[in-house]
Amino acid sequence: MTALPERAVTPTAAGSGTPLLERGSGGDRIFQTVLTLGAVTIPVLLGFLVLELWTGARLAIGKFGLGFVTSSTWDPVAEQFGALPLIFGTLLSSLVALVIAVPLSLGVAIYLTEFAPKVIREPVAFLIGLLAAIPSVVYGLWGIFVLIPILRTSVFPLLRDTLGFLPLFQGPIYGPSMLAAGIILAIMVMPYIMSVSREVLLAVPDTQREAALALGATRWETVVTTVVPYARSGIIGAVILGLGRALGETMAVTMLIGNRHEIAASLFAPGYTMSAAIANEFSEAVGDMHLSALAYVAFLLFVVTVLVNAGARLLIWRVSRGSAAGGKAL
Amino acid sequence: MTTSATPRAHPGFIATPRASLTPRPPARTPGQRGAPAVDVRDFSFAYGSRRVLRRLSFGIERKSVTAIIGPSGCGKSTFLRSINRLNDLIPGIRHEGDIMVEGTSVFSPSTDLVRLRQQVGMVFQRPNPFPKSVFDNVAYGPSLNLLVARRDLPDLVERCLRQAVLWDEVKDRLDEPGTALSGGQQQRLCIARALANRPEVLLMDEPCSALDPVATQRVEELIVELKRDYTIVIVTHNMQQAARVSDFTGFFDRGELVELGETERVFTSPAHERTEAYITGRFG
Repeated sequence: MTALPERAVTPTAAGSGTPLLERGSGGDRIFQTVLTLGAVTIPVLLGFLVLELWTGARLAIGKFGLGFVTSSTWDPVAEQFGALPLIFGTLLSSLVALVIAVPLSLGVAIYLTEFAPKVIREPVAFLIGLLAAIPSVVYGLWGIFVLIPILRTSVFPLLRDTLGFLPLFQGPIYGPSMLAAGIILAIMVMPYIMSVSREVLLAVPDTQREAALALGATRWETVVTTVVPYARSGIIGAVILGLGRALGETMAVTMLIGNRHEIAASLFAPGYTMSAAIANEFSEAVGDMHLSALAYVAFLLFVVTVLVNAGARLLIWRVSRGSAAGGKAL
Repeated sequence: MTTSATPRAHPGFIATPRASLTPRPPARTPGQRGAPAVDVRDFSFAYGSRRVLRRLSFGIERKSVTAIIGPSGCGKSTFLRSINRLNDLIPGIRHEGDIMVEGTSVFSPSTDLVRLRQQVGMVFQRPNPFPKSVFDNVAYGPSLNLLVARRDLPDLVERCLRQAVLWDEVKDRLDEPGTALSGGQQQRLCIARALANRPEVLLMDEPCSALDPVATQRVEELIVELKRDYTIVIVTHNMQQAARVSDFTGFFDRGELVELGETERVFTSPAHERTEAYITGRFG
């Protein structure tokens, strides 16, 4: 805990008995102590979390070591475990989600801040924000009953016919798949990316827009050459927030991804994610090694999330050098 | 060209150049002057039901500095931003009459806004460089409007920075962000950026109000220098500044043009009581 700063000797305090200062100081001291305790709690909790994961995973770590990360076997009967398909599935489904969600949410954010009629701006932003309030199991059900039938009957065949030359869009169509999970994730992270980028775009000073317009830029050119670059680090922050959501999302993904320990090139094929595997198998795992392997997966999920976030912070830091603002928006 | 409500305004005013106070560009005699560079024709402007400008009619002479002075809220800035139609962004605006820039109507439906704003540059109250490099700031307009070939950009940028008397200070830091310069340098960078568009008219909206006295002096010297090539309209709160840099001064009050004339005359023997009250500091 940090030492409390000694009360500064202020000119007014000198010789007057300083009752006001004394009383204020006492209150300050208590207030600061309470806040410091609150602030310290979080790193301590985080530490316990990591420790718990580590002890839970010790058995699996001892047996498989780093080979766990590169192996694709998942056989609870033979007690052979490898997490590569899970890591692959987590990263790929999040990537698919971002590829769909980022252009869409950015477009909406730009439309709402720069082009939309004043009266619809707030209501539309509010409705999109409301998407974030829907429980993920509801997304999952909607995905099973509405999204997957549509994908299976019209979207996937269309993709296979038009983009079938790419390995991504080849192979048999089941319905539950990496792409279905990616699409549902995209819908789920959109409100986060949209709201944050909208705030960031709103924070771009009007003097920047005026400068571009006065130099003969059209409104579109103003947005592309001035407003978005000014806000870029904040926009990257918004994307990272969405990515964080997508990496950890469990329920809706489990319901749509097909839950198969397999690495497939095709987005039509089923897959699995780390969080989905933990949720699905934890209650049914009987062997100690199986439990320990799941704890190892949880530990890896934590590591992957930290790495992705750290990398993203680094990106923001590099991008925001030379940019006047935006980085502060985070 | 009638100003029924304000008979004291000068209809279609074109002043005769005067002899001294500021150096004048050579080869300019009354006979050679054509139509005014900016011709305001019975122009009124309103935000919703609030009338801000009332039936302005006057001309702004080419290659000279015209200062617009007046108390806060008199419509100076609105007038300035009408010339390049930067008010367009505000919902609920209305106007009557027209402004002609070099013979082209500003408000006609067929007006090409991009072309108009390239022709009429603007410098703002607060320096607002883009968070791009010094070079990219200056090159912004010409690359956007495709004024020059890409390989000619460095020459153009150098020329504009020299014109804005900034070249010597930034020639080694063209890659640094424009926002890293000092306030006065930023404002001169914004002037260079406006010049790169090769405008005919340069609008300045209190360009020195955010600058310290030394930076202000440099910008003022620059303004006097620039009128050799450009028609400059400057809005200012600072009457000493108007007196120092301008050839003509217009006094706005409550949306009307009270008086417009040669700066020396307006400041030494104003024709109107309101002008005199304002410049002697009795109101505003």
